[in-house]
Amino acid sequence: MDESRITEAAPPPRLDERLSRINWAQRLMMRPDSGAGVGVVLLLVFFAFAAAGSGMFAADGIMNWLHVSAELGVVSVPAALLMIAGEFDLSIGSMIGFSGMMAAIPAVYWGWPVWVAILFAFALSVALGWLDGYLVIRTRLPSFIVSLAFLFILRGLSLALSVMLTNQTIISGVNRAAKGDWLAPVFGGQIAQPVFVFLAHAHLIGTYRDGSPLVSGIPMVMIWWVIIAAVAHFVLSSTRFGNYIFAAGGDANAARSLGVPVARVKVILFAATAFCSALLGIAQVMEFGSAAADRGLDMEFEAIIAAVIGGSLLTGGYGSAIGACFGALIFGIAQQGIYFANWNNNWFRVFLGALLLIAVLFNTLIRRRVTGER
Amino acid sequence: MDMPLIEARDIHMHFGHVIALAGISFTLEEGQVHCLLGDNGAGKSTLIKILSGVFRPSKGEYLVAGRDADFGSPRDALDAGIATVFQDLGLVPLMSITRNFFMGREPVRWLGPFHVMKFAYADRVAREEMRRIGIDLRDPEQAVGTLSGGERQCLAIARAVFFGARVLILDEPTSALGVAQTSMVLRYIHQVRGKGLGVIFITHNVRHAMAVGDAFTVLNRGRVAGRFRRGEASIEDLQGLMAGGKELAELAEELGGTV
Repeated sequence: MDESRITEAAPPPRLDERLSRINWAQRLMMRPDSGAGVGVVLLLVFFAFAAAGSGMFAADGIMNWLHVSAELGVVSVPAALLMIAGEFDLSIGSMIGFSGMMAAIPAVYWGWPVWVAILFAFALSVALGWLDGYLVIRTRLPSFIVSLAFLFILRGLSLALSVMLTNQTIISGVNRAAKGDWLAPVFGGQIAQPVFVFLAHAHLIGTYRDGSPLVSGIPMVMIWWVIIAAVAHFVLSSTRFGNYIFAAGGDANAARSLGVPVARVKVILFAATAFCSALLGIAQVMEFGSAAADRGLDMEFEAIIAAVIGGSLLTGGYGSAIGACFGALIFGIAQQGIYFANWNNNWFRVFLGALLLIAVLFNTLIRRRVTGER
Repeated sequence: MDMPLIEARDIHMHFGHVIALAGISFTLEEGQVHCLLGDNGAGKSTLIKILSGVFRPSKGEYLVAGRDADFGSPRDALDAGIATVFQDLGLVPLMSITRNFFMGREPVRWLGPFHVMKFAYADRVAREEMRRIGIDLRDPEQAVGTLSGGERQCLAIARAVFFGARVLILDEPTSALGVAQTSMVLRYIHQVRGKGLGVIFITHNVRHAMAVGDAFTVLNRGRVAGRFRRGEASIEDLQGLMAGGKELAELAEELGGTV
């Protein structure tokens, strides 16, 4: 064989002189969630001045906006994962109302033990989320349309079933039924109460006249937010399933040709999103002691907005779970900050819309940098 | 002589009334780069889809390492060591090099209910395999989208080689590349041959084929128009056969040069 036509070994690797090595700051800039992280800090600084002296940064003030963020974060994190896998779920909000009803009606009207009612609501919600995903895969319709159908079906079911079974759309008395139940506090309870009693005694946080602390404990929904975010971040960044999620959303055909079970990944994520929506619905019912058929209205949009603000690409293949948490934080800080600053709260929607637009533009820019497109 | 890696005998392929392949025979030996040349519509794509398990031939024998191959899917072909790098490369531009390299074949260990990816190992392998080709990665975590076309092609080939391919089918790997990028890919094909793999190199660029090919099969309208070993044919011969004869020569005369 004529070996002279091509040199045998590859030349020693050399760096292209047009490429400079990237430093950690640039690498940080490349992350999908860094923009939202900066946004959280800027917003906190802004309200530190704009809402100064309003109590926004006292213990009860912080609890107030963190609670809003936590509720959104519980659903924005799975929404982000689903978006990275290339799909949407518009039924998140309806699922919150539906799952709450499905826990409250058996517990209050049928006399089921509350823990059985909770498990029943979870099972039903996850099954419906699975069905949503299965239909998306089987019909190959855009998930936008399929889950939009579920948005209406589930909201309609929540209202119709509650009227049919109980003749009303608000079910109260769940707190009485849940008294002594072992599972209800896992979703509606609080932890770390002694810490706050101690802080109140030390005059580090505000108290009521009777000396009990203004903040009595950390609500479980915040703990769930942290757990869901930590698991989602770990799965996305460190596991094989995370690689499947990126691949499914980045290029489903390429992923399939290499043996990635794209359909299974998507269906699992739809079911997980339904699970988290149900978790929020059930947590609200157990915390407030009542269920209402219109709970979670518009939450699907808020979850998607938080995911996008957090750096997830609408077209899939790119994003982060931590970013979705930052998105939820921005949402909570802005919404409650405007209230603390004593402005007309209609400005919140203007702010949110503008922020969404900026985030989308910013994400597109980052994606171009990451992929080297021009 | 050794058993050929791939032997196809008298392959026919019909799609309804359309005869895509009308009796093609083709062999590939170890350490051989066999170029498959032909103009658009000559049957190159159909043939490689049969070899890579996408289609079953309508008629004819297909032997892999001497044994009858009856592939039901590309996965079967892959398990038999026949890896195909199609033009879309099977890469996701937004994902990192490491994540792409191991896509669908992630190295994992168990941690409770999770399959945790061994990123340290995966990064090392990706960097090492790319370095072998002569591509020094700044960072195996950088997105594939930042690589040049030639680098992406090499990554796709390196991935197939790493996962144990014995036969590589490359579908027009140089068609969209510039001069420097093309030579990078051709050099890598040469390197892969040195490891004893068989390479089927599909192209319609005769110069690229001549640069690395050991054997050449020219297809025209579903038939073999010519078969050569290295040195038996000139660029002009091959080009003439691909175009089905005279047209190019006439055109060249008209334009006063070679095409």
